[in-house]
Amino acid sequence: MSNDERPLSPHLTIYRWPITMTLSILHRMTGVALAVGLIAFVFWLTAIAYESVSYELFTGIAESLLGQIALLGWLFSFFFHLCNGIRHLIWDTGRMFEKHQADLSAWAVLVAAVVMTIIYWVAI
Amino acid sequence: MSLRSPLSRVLGSGSAKEGTDHWWLQRVTAIALVILGAWFLISLAGIESYSAPGMHAWVASPLNATMLLLTSFTLAWHSMIGVQVVIEDYVHGSAMKVASIILNKFVHVFLGLAAVLAILKIVLGGAA
Repeated sequence: MSNDERPLSPHLTIYRWPITMTLSILHRMTGVALAVGLIAFVFWLTAIAYESVSYELFTGIAESLLGQIALLGWLFSFFFHLCNGIRHLIWDTGRMFEKHQADLSAWAVLVAAVVMTIIYWVAI
Repeated sequence: MSLRSPLSRVLGSGSAKEGTDHWWLQRVTAIALVILGAWFLISLAGIESYSAPGMHAWVASPLNATMLLLTSFTLAWHSMIGVQVVIEDYVHGSAMKVASIILNKFVHVFLGLAAVLAILKIVLGGAA
């Protein structure tokens, strides 16, 4: 009893793209990026611990152009995931759920993450 | 009519297998990582020498080693929980999904243990 004429509920494409959706996707993407970064974190620790793993190999990769891009990406991912994670924790208490509040906190998280990334990158 | 209580019927099946443990542990590890992550980046920024002996000495200090152990353990745990949710959302097919989730756990336990062992080697193994 299929009926092709059935009305469809509006899907994502019908809406004006809200900033909160960008943040939601970014939270997951930065989370996965940081999971990959865990491999680099472990590589860094083993490079310090074992003579058989050359520390120069680690610094060589880290200081290459690709390594620098990756480090910058992970730094931004960390600050973004941190700030947006705190946003999620606040939501978990039932606060800041109004639409205008969610939009405002979205922009606050984005700005904070970018500013923290720049400050840390320049300071190091 | 069953005499079993509604609670008794659901315990052990569906989401009641683990209840809210997964959700809750994601939050607890998140809170821990706010503190540990902030410590890591601030402490890392304060290191005088990023040479191999300089890094070795930094990790070898008892406070840093303790904080790094906590960070590695919590990071691997939080990452494992998070990636599992992504797998559950995007990997379809029962066999593929279960295999991916198990592989995810293996990889994260491996990474966590490797980090812990490296830190212990640095703390207990003397100079590099």
